[in-house]
Amino acid sequence: MFKKKSLAGPYMAFILCGTIIPLLAVLYFALVDKNGSLTFANLASIADPIHLKALGLSLLLAFICTVICLLLAFPLGLMLRKSGGNKGFVIFLLILPMWMNFLLRTIAWKILLQKNGFINMILTSLGLGELDILNTPTAVVLGLVYDFLPFMILPIYNVMIKIDNSLVEAAYDLGATPFKVVKDVILPMSMPGIISGITMTFVPAMTTFAISEILGGNRILLIGNIIELEFLHGGSRNVGSGLSMVMMVFILISMALLNKFDKNGEGTVV
Amino acid sequence: MKKVGKFIYIGLIFLFLYLPIFTLVILSFNDSKNPSSIWKGFTLRWFEEIFSRSEWMEALINTFVIGILAAGIATVVGVAACVGIMALSRRQRIWMLQLTNIPMVNAEIVTAISLMLAFAMFGISLSRGTILFAHICFCLPYVILNVLPKLRQTGTLAYDAARDLGAGPLKAFFSVVLPDIMPGVATGFLMSFTMSVDDFVITHFTRPSGINTLSTLIYSQQKVGIRTSLCALSTLIFLIVLLVLLVRMFVMNRAAADKTLKGGT
Repeated sequence: MFKKKSLAGPYMAFILCGTIIPLLAVLYFALVDKNGSLTFANLASIADPIHLKALGLSLLLAFICTVICLLLAFPLGLMLRKSGGNKGFVIFLLILPMWMNFLLRTIAWKILLQKNGFINMILTSLGLGELDILNTPTAVVLGLVYDFLPFMILPIYNVMIKIDNSLVEAAYDLGATPFKVVKDVILPMSMPGIISGITMTFVPAMTTFAISEILGGNRILLIGNIIELEFLHGGSRNVGSGLSMVMMVFILISMALLNKFDKNGEGTVV
Repeated sequence: MKKVGKFIYIGLIFLFLYLPIFTLVILSFNDSKNPSSIWKGFTLRWFEEIFSRSEWMEALINTFVIGILAAGIATVVGVAACVGIMALSRRQRIWMLQLTNIPMVNAEIVTAISLMLAFAMFGISLSRGTILFAHICFCLPYVILNVLPKLRQTGTLAYDAARDLGAGPLKAFFSVVLPDIMPGVATGFLMSFTMSVDDFVITHFTRPSGINTLSTLIYSQQKVGIRTSLCALSTLIFLIVLLVLLVRMFVMNRAAADKTLKGGT
């Protein structure tokens, strides 16, 4: 059985037709104009102030979202690790909102944040005035954090719960303060979970178009919205491809920075 | 005191995760066309609306048929691929795994536009078939990554023994190897199915106008204006997910209990 390479054939066809050729197609469309002659104008169109602003805003909002998710998830992981509750039940509680359609979850926030929505009803009844953040970057960040928080919590929790408790106890026995235990023992050992949490939050947050559209009205344009407009609403596929390539470069740079940071983190352990 | 603080923090995070969902559930029973917080009486008509409108039923059928087909085809192709990959040299195998990772690390919107462009380049007009093809492509890595480690664990010994005892290659595979790797195959299938049912971005770019899955229909409906029927749909989806996860937790607990039982004796 294990001598039949040909069994991988259909899969290789899927990779070729479904991954490699399509990605080459993006590259091709990014480098030609409408008539098929070579041009760099599509890539250069990122310099258009609207596009540049969208790219900057995407990077900024995705960064803020990732930081908030990390700041919320890391202490949560620590607490859940200590309290040692039923692991299956905790994961159940985390997956349930993850499996709800993310569009519906985002729409829920739009309903909550409406002028006569639930949140304002409570705020006014408490005499705290009205919260009017719908169609602002704040609402988009809120939506991003809400949608991607479980993707940060789950990998961090999964790694933290596997840390051998005797290591933590040994650190305490050797006189470490609780802060030092977290910083020098738990944090370095949680790094793989943190890194995959950051990846699973940052990339989708940076490239989304649906969340910014629902919570930002048409006023917040992220790079994802621009690409969607170019492809599906009468723009130019070539410009859309060019912008996608530029966006990919920024994602790769972010990931490279993250990996570098990760290696530094590991370096300090040794 | 410290314990109380901890309890409050955990509680607040889970409140944050669940409050919006519960709001949708409560609003879905409100007798008001637009979801507002003013209670106008109890009704079930938004649920009736979901079930009586053909567009929702069509989207539901599309979602499930595409989900089952994509997960099924990805599972068959993926399991065969894993057997084939085992026969490759180390270097070839590393290459295959790198290629497998591309759709998983790539931004969804880039995968989506890349497929859309490829279809356009080869003159393939968008249809349910293009959606299905795209879904198979992004499901395949989940099957491979779940099945390959299991297959490596199993190794070739049992298979070779079955062959020595006179079983044909197919019989040896289906009656000896497959039962062994079944947990990985099942997880791969289920993950693929969930990914497919949940997908919005890739379907959005590879569907023709007029064909909708639940996700794309939700998207186009909210563009026109959020109606309370969307809340009713959320309630239904919430109940289904809850049910599936409860069954999953029950099965996993049973499996864990069985293991400890067997380990104990």
